[in-house]
Amino acid sequence: MELTVLVIKSLVILAVFGITLLIATYSTYAERKVAAFLQDRIGPNRAGPYGLLQPIADAGKMFFKEDFIPAQASKWLFILGPCLAMLTALMSSAVIPFGDSIRYASFDVPVQGIDVNVGVLYVFGVVSLGVYGVMIGGWASNNKFSLLGAIRAASQNISYEVALGLSIIAILMMTGSLSLRHIVNEQNGFLQWNVFTQPLGFVIFLTCAFAECNRTPFDLPECETELIGGYHTEYSSMKLGFYLFAEYINMFTSSAIISTLYFGGFQYPFMTQVHDALVGSLGSTIGHNIATGIGTAVLFGKIFFFIFFFMWVRWTVPRFRFDQLMNLGWKTLIPLSMLNVVLTGAGLLFDKFKYATWLIVIVMIILAATNAIKAPRRKPVAVPQI
Amino acid sequence: MLTNRSKQVSVKEMTLAERMYIPALLSGLGITIRHFFTKKATIQYPEVKRYLGPIFRGHHVLKRDEQGRERCTACGLCAVACPAEAISMVAAERKKGEEALYREEKYAAVYEVNMLRCIFCGLCEEACPKQAVYLRHDRMVPIFTERDQVIYGKDRLVEKLDDRYVRNNPDAQATPTEPTLSRSVG
Repeated sequence: MELTVLVIKSLVILAVFGITLLIATYSTYAERKVAAFLQDRIGPNRAGPYGLLQPIADAGKMFFKEDFIPAQASKWLFILGPCLAMLTALMSSAVIPFGDSIRYASFDVPVQGIDVNVGVLYVFGVVSLGVYGVMIGGWASNNKFSLLGAIRAASQNISYEVALGLSIIAILMMTGSLSLRHIVNEQNGFLQWNVFTQPLGFVIFLTCAFAECNRTPFDLPECETELIGGYHTEYSSMKLGFYLFAEYINMFTSSAIISTLYFGGFQYPFMTQVHDALVGSLGSTIGHNIATGIGTAVLFGKIFFFIFFFMWVRWTVPRFRFDQLMNLGWKTLIPLSMLNVVLTGAGLLFDKFKYATWLIVIVMIILAATNAIKAPRRKPVAVPQI
Repeated sequence: MLTNRSKQVSVKEMTLAERMYIPALLSGLGITIRHFFTKKATIQYPEVKRYLGPIFRGHHVLKRDEQGRERCTACGLCAVACPAEAISMVAAERKKGEEALYREEKYAAVYEVNMLRCIFCGLCEEACPKQAVYLRHDRMVPIFTERDQVIYGKDRLVEKLDDRYVRNNPDAQATPTEPTLSRSVG
């Protein structure tokens, strides 16, 4: 590899790494602000202007707490748990295409950590590794409740990974490639975005992403009333901080993957026209780089929207019970995603028609509507006699 | 029952639309996003203070009458009424020439309120036959950090002549900054 390419590549990788950490840091702040705003409060505003130094204050507090390892815990596994959680969380952003490419002299370096042709598989491998951090941490604590929390997390993640994978298969069938960059390039044109060709797949994927990130309404691994705390009951100081932080990194990664797979990644309407205009007026190097920058900004806009959406849902929806969670996963999402795959395949075989899964959506809406009309009315609210 | 918003809970089977969760989820998201843009209920406390109403029970004050004479006659009814036994006093007889200072022949030479004991119940105010002791609505007892700051003597309790306290002044407000951040009543 040429030295210039190597330098640009390592800069891109460092930038991706740093940006991931930075966004995850400020997600903790954003979470508190969004929670406050949704609850008619103001949120943290004392540390720095608008409370912007709050993440630093939180981290400082975490670092100065006592780092405690229980006497009966398996020491090395106990330390390994949060490290694994952080590691796997950080790894998956490497394959996400954050932009088109940076042009420098005669080189064309893609804005992406590594452009592997099995990007989706890589993401899935890393994501399913993520449960090890939780599982090992809960097990090494040598605490029944931590173990129960870890088992909950593991069973939940495994159940929802099936539906997650199946919902993506439909996209892979349409694209014919596992490369995330290829999937993004396939979605040129607003109506080509996979959210329009795969509406059902998108809903399933989004739900499973919530479950994979252990976010409300699927945040069952953490539960004070049932499990004292969850898999991280025995953790304190920055080890606990790593677990909590890994959740925010996962949130960022899932938002990035949702935007990449379903919302066209760095594509935006009239992208080619903008690109051509910029190249025409500023030259093929600067113009191209600026167009790449716009695409990256658009992608980050989408990512931020989804991070906000994650928080918005968290502060709206109460959590599921564990049996409801399993019912939803195994009895609803998996059959639906299989149906989705079959219908997509039928549509593709029949004249390369991509919008076949709208049929499921329409049928479901009609069924729901007729069912709601036929359902017995609720009795009027009884006014109690005083 | 009081709010008339109680609902009968039913164990009816959910319809398909309800089992899909999505309609209910969307309406819930709609509700929360509306709250995102509403005016916030928070009052930034140390900077902005809320008007606590005309009957707030704050700092004690020993009133003077219209001619500036102390009203308290050291009868001790407030000390008897006090459930926390925070009030203590020493009575003294008015000398000749002190008629401009004290309204009646007997007065409180020492009048002390222990602010660590006081629970600001206002029973002293109710017990006083001379309308001498009040808990003012516009001022709080400041935070103290030392034990010798706890007992308030007459120097800090008796009304200053240039700072008369009027209870029934409807214009009296704790701070003029009040309603900017808070929601209006009703």
